[in-house]
Formats: sequence, structure tokens, C-alpha cells
Amino acid sequence: MRAMVYRGPYRVRVEEKDVPPIEHPNDAIVRVTAAAICGSDLHLYHGLMPDTRVGMTFGHEFIGVVEEVGSSVQNLKRGDRVMVPFNIFCGSCYFCTRGLYANCHNVNPNATAVGGIYGYSHTAGGYDGGQAEFVRVPFADVGPTIIPDWMSDEDAVMLTDALPTGYFGAQLGEIAEGDTVVVFGAGPIGLYAAKSSWLMGAGRVIVIDHLEYRLEKARTFAHAETYNFTEYDDIVVHLKKITDHLGADVAIDAVGAEADGNLLQHVTATKLKLQGGSPIALNWAIDSVRKAGTISVMGAYGPMFSAVKFGDAMNKGLTLRMNQCHVKRQWPRLFEHIQAGYLNPSDIVTHRIPLEHIAEGYHLFSAKLDECIKPIIIPTAS
Amino acid sequence: MPYTAEKPTPRETPEQLRARIPGWGADLDPADRPSYPKEQFLPTGAHWDFPERQVEKWPRERSIEHAFVTPVFGTSTPPKGLSGVIRKYAYRRFSEARAAHWLLLIAADRVDTAESAVTALLRGKPDNPVTETGILAESSPVADRVGQQRADAGHHALDPVIVAAPWVIGGGLAFSAVRALVRRRRG
Repeated sequence: MRAMVYRGPYRVRVEEKDVPPIEHPNDAIVRVTAAAICGSDLHLYHGLMPDTRVGMTFGHEFIGVVEEVGSSVQNLKRGDRVMVPFNIFCGSCYFCTRGLYANCHNVNPNATAVGGIYGYSHTAGGYDGGQAEFVRVPFADVGPTIIPDWMSDEDAVMLTDALPTGYFGAQLGEIAEGDTVVVFGAGPIGLYAAKSSWLMGAGRVIVIDHLEYRLEKARTFAHAETYNFTEYDDIVVHLKKITDHLGADVAIDAVGAEADGNLLQHVTATKLKLQGGSPIALNWAIDSVRKAGTISVMGAYGPMFSAVKFGDAMNKGLTLRMNQCHVKRQWPRLFEHIQAGYLNPSDIVTHRIPLEHIAEGYHLFSAKLDECIKPIIIPTAS
Repeated sequence: MPYTAEKPTPRETPEQLRARIPGWGADLDPADRPSYPKEQFLPTGAHWDFPERQVEKWPRERSIEHAFVTPVFGTSTPPKGLSGVIRKYAYRRFSEARAAHWLLLIAADRVDTAESAVTALLRGKPDNPVTETGILAESSPVADRVGQQRADAGHHALDPVIVAAPWVIGGGLAFSAVRALVRRRRG
């Protein structure tokens, strides 16, 4: 089969690999019909995530058709069109039985701090991902769901990570009616978080970024008030000024490890790898939210330490909430919102790229060329 | 103003927001939010108490914070070469709590890149920096860089230095080591 393969920082190519075999009785092999590149894939692509091995296939956002099932699979059969959450989870451990699918303890021998994620380094379990023609899907009775007939492929791909994560980010903010919400980052997660904040009753939604085309999308797609941080000497002061010097009630970090906006943080984290990530957006969130406010962290960071302003967070009495999204738990409600017309996930898809051109796709997304917001990868065999 | 007791007056009423934004307030009640309450049992589809164990085809590296290798695990890229030795040591010796664990794994990643470049060359499938970096997207019709904002422009000047530095330093150290060895033999 053809599959994307990591060759080292900033380098990927498409290679011929063996079709993955069934390795566990509850495995399924899925023929991928569409995948996406996630902003967090760029952390791998840039060599930021420890134990990212040459030869691995990335991709934790994908849908496809079931090709083969293991002997204990009861809920899926060959030919089913399925969407697969980015979390790999067993459904029976301490965490899964409490709805914390992202924190499953039975799928990642490499680390206890993170669950299993498709194509996301050995730090997340060492599973190959879906930017390929075929992918192994463990716990087929637990993770995948048959895509409803009314749902488009691109909406389904967005539901495997980006939309649930953005929506989850708004949920963790515990937004109350009339709250002012500031979202850092106008990428896919930030756009969905901003849009979801309205569903939870926000009175005002502000989005911060430095790319004008993404801020334009935040205005049109998410009805948000936007500010370009490069136009202000100090974005925190500006946010205080526009919130009557109180600060926002809720701040959502939808940027994570590779934030721009502070050269020292950016270089030490993303270039020299001396931090788990550059917490610029997180620090801005800490500083710009009101005292006793809530911060929701959806941005992905590496497992190493980062220079976070915890002193200010403590002194301000902030509530910091964070986790990887428990994707499948979000689906029923998100399906309702899509059918009601409240959410249109595929509106943010900007590029459809054949698998054979995935190297260009990664560069395009990484450098934010051609006003790229969300690229979809189409495997050859689909 | 935070200097008095009043909360700032909202700019728009719920009615105005409902008229302007599709679905405004649909999840205002926390009970409608899928993760409320935070921890609760939901049917998962699992029909086991503890999953059957996947067969280990090689001694699977694992965090020493785990009691055992988890019943299911990825088999993407088994450890190999010098990078594999470093990785196995990082897992065997240091917990996730130790910076040494992560720094060794990152160092192994860089060694892996160099090893793989050499191996690919020997196997007749050498790395191609032009196609693999995706730099061709710069000139394709869908990626006109002129007049567009780029995410990476702010540190373009610094990038070559940071990318080249490990190779220059590594090359210098290797040269010094070889030179010292030759001098010792001669001397």
C-alpha cells in the first residue's frame, strides 16, 4: 500500500508499505477514504515530539471502509463506512469506564501520561496513522462508529478530532450566559471553539491570531470579534482595555506548542527543543483572563517542561482545565448540532491533496501558504 | 469596571445574540454538554473486563511507570540501530518524570534521522530534500507566496543557523576526534 512516511524534521515522503495485519482479535483494518493533517501533526513534522521515529506514518484524523475484522469484533463488518476517533481506547479500564477515553490506560505502553493516538509518535503508543491507504484500528468494537447516511465525508473527517476538540475546549471553559470568551488561535480548533462558545451562551467571543486570513475566517465562520496581535504593542493590555480592565471570563488556548509572538520562547521551544512547547498563548491566556476566571487548554504540548506563568495563575485564582478530547463522547450532541444547522464542520476545509503530494501538503500547512486552514488528504486507493 | 462591584453590561441581549448566531445558547444548560458530569459511565462496546493480550513480536519498550506492557500497543517502527539502543535505555532507566528520559528520546530521534538517511542511501532509495520537504509547494499554482502572510516568515533568517548548527558542530567534533586519533598514532 502507499503510505506517508516520516523521514526526519520537515521531511516526509510516500512509500510502499505492507498492508497492516490484524494483531489483536478486536482489531479492524480500515481502507482510508479521507484523512486530514492536524495542526498537532506539525509538532511531529517539526521534530518536536519525543520518540517520533523515521518510518512512522502519521494521521489521527481519518475515515474509511472496513476491509477486515478480527475474530472478536461484533459491532463492525467488512464494507461498513466508519469514522474513527483519534483516541485509541479499550472501553474497560478505570478511565474508559468513567468516560475519559483520551486517558485510556490499556493502549500505550510507552507512557502513562497520555493515551493512545493514531500516528502520533511512540510517546502516544507507536501506532501507525491514517495518512495511508490502510490503517490498523484497535478495539474496533469500541472506537469507530458507522457514519450516518446524511453525513458528508468531509464533515465526518472533521468529527474525528478537530470539531470535537474545539467544542470540548468551549465546554471546559464552563461558559455561563453572557460570558466574554477569548480564544487564542484561529486555526481549526480555535475556529470551532469560538463557534461552540456561542452555543454555550457566550455573550462575546474574541479571537486572537496573527494571520489576517484566519481572522477573516473567524469573523465569517465563527461570528467572532478579532484582533491581530502583531498590531498591538502588548495584546494583553489591549484585551484588558476592551474588557473594561476586568479581563475575559474564559480564555481558550487553541495554539499549543508552536506559538509565535515571543522570539525567545519560540526559538527555545520549537527550534532548540529545550521546552515541551512555547507557551506564549497559554501565558497570554493566564494574563488576560479575569481573576477567578477559567482557562481551557486545547493546544497540544510536548511532555517536557515549559515556561508557564504559574505564579500569576495561582495569584489570580484561576481554574485551569485541559485534556485531550474524549471524541466519541461528543459525537451524539455534535451530530444534533450539525443536523440543526448550528455547525457546518467542512466549511473550514481549504485544500484537498492527493496522498502522493503529501509532502507539499505538509509544507503548505506548516508555512500557512495559500491561505491554508485545513487540508484533507485523499489516498490513492479511495 | 473591576474597581466597583458591577459587572460590565453585556453588549448584546440574549435575544439579539439568538437572532444573529445560529444555535446561540443551545447548550446553555450544562446538562446538555456531553462531558457533564465530568466522570460518568457510558456504554463503550467493550465486552471484556481486561482485553486479550496482543502478542509481543519483540520485547516491547515501555514506561517504567507501567506495571506491564499494555494489552494493546503500536507496532509501527521497532527500535533499531544506535537510536534503538538509546531509546531502550531511556525507557529502561528513566521514568516519564525525568527530563533525561525525554532528552534522550529527542537525541535518539536525531540519531535515527542520520542513520535512516545513510540506510536509505545504501538501499538505493536516498532521501530527496527537494521532494520530501514539500518545497515544491512554494511554486505550485495553489501556493503563491508573493504577497501572502506566512507563519514562518518571522524566523526565516534564524532557521538556517539553527538547522545547520548541529551538523556544523557535529562535523567539527568528528573532525577533531579523527585528527586527535591520527596525531596520537603518529606521535
